[in-house]
Amino acid sequence: MDTPNIDIDYVANLARLALTPEEKVTYARQLGDVLAYIDKLKEADVSGVEPTAHAFDVSNVWAADVPRPGLSVEDALRNAPAARDSMIVVPKVVE
Amino acid sequence: MSSALVFQTAAALSDQLGARKVSAVELAQACLAQVRATDDRIHAFLSVDEADILAQAGAADARRAAGQARGPLDGVPVGLKDVIAVRGQPLTCGSRMLEKFVSPYDATAAIGLKNAGAVLFGRANMDEFAMGSSTENSAFQTTSNPWDVTRIPGGSSGGSAAAVAAGQVPVSLGSDTGGSIRQPAALCGIVGLKPTYGLISRYGLVAYASSLDQIGPFAHTVEDAALVLQAIAGHDVNDSTSFRTEIPDYRAELAKRRGPWRLGVPKEYFGAGLAPEVRASVEKAIAWYRAQGCEIREVSLPHTEYAVAAYYIIATAEASSNLARFDGIRYTHRSPKATDAVDIYHHSRAEGFGSEVKRRIILGTYVLSSGYYDAYYGRAQKVRTLIRQDFLNAFREVDALLTPTSPTVAFKKGEKTANPLEMYLADIFTISLNLAGLPGVSVPCGFSPEGLPIGLQIVGRPFQEADLLAIAHAYEQAHDFHTKHPVL
Repeated sequence: MDTPNIDIDYVANLARLALTPEEKVTYARQLGDVLAYIDKLKEADVSGVEPTAHAFDVSNVWAADVPRPGLSVEDALRNAPAARDSMIVVPKVVE
Repeated sequence: MSSALVFQTAAALSDQLGARKVSAVELAQACLAQVRATDDRIHAFLSVDEADILAQAGAADARRAAGQARGPLDGVPVGLKDVIAVRGQPLTCGSRMLEKFVSPYDATAAIGLKNAGAVLFGRANMDEFAMGSSTENSAFQTTSNPWDVTRIPGGSSGGSAAAVAAGQVPVSLGSDTGGSIRQPAALCGIVGLKPTYGLISRYGLVAYASSLDQIGPFAHTVEDAALVLQAIAGHDVNDSTSFRTEIPDYRAELAKRRGPWRLGVPKEYFGAGLAPEVRASVEKAIAWYRAQGCEIREVSLPHTEYAVAAYYIIATAEASSNLARFDGIRYTHRSPKATDAVDIYHHSRAEGFGSEVKRRIILGTYVLSSGYYDAYYGRAQKVRTLIRQDFLNAFREVDALLTPTSPTVAFKKGEKTANPLEMYLADIFTISLNLAGLPGVSVPCGFSPEGLPIGLQIVGRPFQEADLLAIAHAYEQAHDFHTKHPVL
């Protein structure tokens, strides 16, 4: 089976994941192996088969429109890496 | 010398609590002592909040003294995989990304246990974000198999399984996306149940692959698994995929449903790659059912060979999307290296995630990326339909299926870490059930010549856990495998 060629820089950027040069080499090789294995799926005859997203079809799930207590500001910010004045601190995104 | 309370079933402990032969505080202390005596070798728990555990046990004793005991689990310790939220407790998911995270709310399953009076006991080790089959992907420690500490306990819920097998807690909760409850249960010689998708709310279960994830119990016996299931099963408005279905009294049904059953043996599960000692034990279990008057029928699940491939597309695609929330902004590790917002994402994720998580995010991102979606994700979802139809066809003829849980006994630490694909194939018999949404239970069915546990997987119809557990219970009670414990 052919090992697909993966543009690892492109995929890592989509995933917002900074990889080291060593990781890029390792992952490109390992993912090539996994993709070669996954290629097996091409043998399956799926003509006319509907896709399954969930094992049991549940749709239009409505909840009563009743207010319920949510997280307090204190709870919501408890795990923030940087917070000030009830807000999460982030670097400037607009000049 | 461990306490006489250690290795007892939750049902037996419950009786003693009810008869006031033991207090919940004494029981909690016995469990804490067993953790202290064994966890330097087993490494099942990432953290154990002793003061909180004793306070919960004290409250259970006070309820009982006031005549307000809440039921069979009141005062019984339950270990939790560190992926299920408990307010005020850590929730690391085995990841540096969440090393300092403290849960601001309770998972619905945790609320179920609290309402039943259970003592929520410790945070059990796991493969990072539940990705793995050996618990070697934890960022913090590798859990040992209590039967042989040079071997893995299975994964990803290896800490929850090892804690029960080592007598540290009578029961625990894990989560199962491709076999992460059943496989470690088999390798540790205990019972592990993955319920039907939708039976238990996923609210407060940190998501790996949302269409496959399900919480379930580990226990020494099927009866104990039924007791825990009772406390956590049922519809929840906080999980729109949880199912509205009648919840029977699972323990009471064990004795009522006696068979004989029509049981299917899928021929695709007994091919090459199945270790001879596993095959021998499972075939012996099948012969036992036949001897009890059950009709044993060979069935075919022809799309089995595609299950692992379909799973690793669907699961990684969902993971790449679910794990996008760990971005270094709101509640996770934030890299000090980063200078702008996008840089925060790249570096925080690079520093916070371990190698298997990165590998799966990359794979999931790739299969969803423009130009590849139809070839991979779209096709995998269609194959998922075929796999599900295979099972539904089989269930027209039989009440349940009998298979091995894992193709081998517990492997050595480090044996498969260099080859991800080989590790993925450890889940070959468990993965299809997640794709089809079906319930499955692993029960101990023997030991290899070197004394390592072997598990029998029983697969049931959707939402028919009462039948599934009754079939497992009948086998278990006629054998003594579940009464054997490792020498620690």
